[in-house]
Amino acid sequence: MSQDYNFAYLDEQTKRMIRRAILKGLAIPGYQVPFASREMPMPYGWGTGGVQVSAATLTPDDTMKVIDQGADDTTNAVSIRKFFQKTADIDVTEETSKATVIQTRHRIPEEDLREDQILVYQVPIPEPLRFLEPRETETRKMHALEEYGLMHVKLYEDIARHGNIATAYAYPVKVEGRYVMDPSPIPKFDNPKMEMAGIQLFGAGREQRIYALPPYTQVVSLDFDDHPFDPSKADAPCDLCGATHTYLDEVIMDDAGTAMFVCSDTDYCRSRREAGHTGAQSAAQLHEVNA
Amino acid sequence: MYVAVKGGERAIDNAHTWLAEERRGDLDVAELSIAQIREQLKLAVTRVMAEGSLYDPDLAALAIKQARGDLIEAIFLIRAYRTTLPRFGVSNPIDTADMTCDRRVSATYKDVPGGQVLGPTFDYTHRLLDFALAAEGEAPVPAPKAEPRREPTPHVTEFLNKEGLIQGEAPNDETPPDLTREPIKLPGTRPLRLQSLARGDEGFVLSMAYSTQRGYGRNHPFVGELRIGQVPVEMEIPELGFSIEIGEIEVTECETVNQFTGSKTEPPQFTRGYGLTLGMCERKAISMALVDRALRWEELGEDNVGAPAQDEEFVLMHSDNIQASGFLEHIKLPHYVDFQSELELIRKIRREVAQAQTEQTQEAAE
Repeated sequence: MSQDYNFAYLDEQTKRMIRRAILKGLAIPGYQVPFASREMPMPYGWGTGGVQVSAATLTPDDTMKVIDQGADDTTNAVSIRKFFQKTADIDVTEETSKATVIQTRHRIPEEDLREDQILVYQVPIPEPLRFLEPRETETRKMHALEEYGLMHVKLYEDIARHGNIATAYAYPVKVEGRYVMDPSPIPKFDNPKMEMAGIQLFGAGREQRIYALPPYTQVVSLDFDDHPFDPSKADAPCDLCGATHTYLDEVIMDDAGTAMFVCSDTDYCRSRREAGHTGAQSAAQLHEVNA
Repeated sequence: MYVAVKGGERAIDNAHTWLAEERRGDLDVAELSIAQIREQLKLAVTRVMAEGSLYDPDLAALAIKQARGDLIEAIFLIRAYRTTLPRFGVSNPIDTADMTCDRRVSATYKDVPGGQVLGPTFDYTHRLLDFALAAEGEAPVPAPKAEPRREPTPHVTEFLNKEGLIQGEAPNDETPPDLTREPIKLPGTRPLRLQSLARGDEGFVLSMAYSTQRGYGRNHPFVGELRIGQVPVEMEIPELGFSIEIGEIEVTECETVNQFTGSKTEPPQFTRGYGLTLGMCERKAISMALVDRALRWEELGEDNVGAPAQDEEFVLMHSDNIQASGFLEHIKLPHYVDFQSELELIRKIRREVAQAQTEQTQEAAE
């Protein structure tokens, strides 16, 4: 471990302050708890909220997994994983089932999480009402008064204009019938997974907010009776592992724009392939470039 | 063939190596020393200290070197370092009347006790490139020296205050909030606003101030006084029971005198705006004073005309360049999962529209 810094970088007082915010968040699911976010050695907007929540959550016995877009090897996931390896000297893994703390940006792993696992989300804009009302002083009042009419009007206007609710990610949810919450920019495909056994913690560093979902919390994606929520994905199986139930990335293959679909959760796809599942293109030479 | 888009640790490591090489530049050119940056790029150093909220010229110079001269990046390095430092205590408020002024000018009086001291200013230089500097020149001619003033230099606004011509500032013993240790609470207080402006981005604060001068919340200010110099910092040591001087810092202070208010019951008075920054940051301190004054509209019974500089939440939430640049630049990170979900949605909507159009055409044909 790098001796110049405290375990997991932050000093113990700061971690205690963050833990208090986390506990408050867990006690009031979906409520955004203000916290004194610190300047981290990575830029705001690059996961400083998630990093602070992880730092306050990690113990030396933890095994950590970091994903971005569902993949362990995206640049920022690599960078954050390295940060914790350096400052906390913890074990890291790419296997979802082996991790005790998983920090994520934009995805929920395909594999169901267990009660002994914590999922930490990086959140850019924690306020689901922000794009309808830019003032924090106003949105806090709206939450306090449960005044969510504006959000329903927005969804209704989407349907009137497009025939669909025009939100594909960061799709708003209502938690335990009380707070409307931003699930962070995960695709709406992931929304139903938020009712899970694991603890979910959300950290927004720049906006100085933490919120949380205790295990088995009711999380309902906003919709209308005649326009029910649709957790859509690309209408194709994974070309590598054949999965039809996973969220897919579309990868452009050539100048003509030919595309193939692959699981966005790289660990899940790998484990399926290892278990013998195949997709339409798994016969083709798998040429992975480790740039 | 499937080319997996792998970021990879190697790519990151290589990028860092290349960055270090680029930072150093041509090896045939002598390397910059921290002392050179500290002494010869002083205004960059003081900006980094002011917006980094840490008074340490050597560290600021190091940050500038490491950041390849990108001052916002340097400020970021200082902020990230600062946040790890333990806090030993809090100093007494500095008294800027005790400043050893290198520069002190008032635009409201021809002359004032303590005198007008131009100091090392660009103000009256002709902005002509000095090609002599390109040739490695000799040491400049030493500037003439005067006896330093021993007694405190009174603030110009105090003269107005004696006559009751300027609105007084009530002393307040309340501990001001610390925005580096507590989340910003809105609506804020003046100490919070001043704190935020003091570390706010110079460009942002300048533009906000400029907008008030051009009429967005017009508030014509005079620079009552601008002073730059060293002030002693004192701290009360609990074991001793009294204050001792622990060092000196350089600060820039600006007090503006603004147009008077007044009503049927209250006689008209001038009002104030205040700016204070670490180091020599004159443009920033003046800008800060203008924005401070604009934000005081409510307290001084003025109308909110909807000007950006009057909007506390707007100013405070957007003045920090580390927050702003981090969030702005994060859009460089992969967003392909979100983009994919948008792709699917837009394809679906287009499909539905196309289908509706076909049905319409068919109906028309029938």
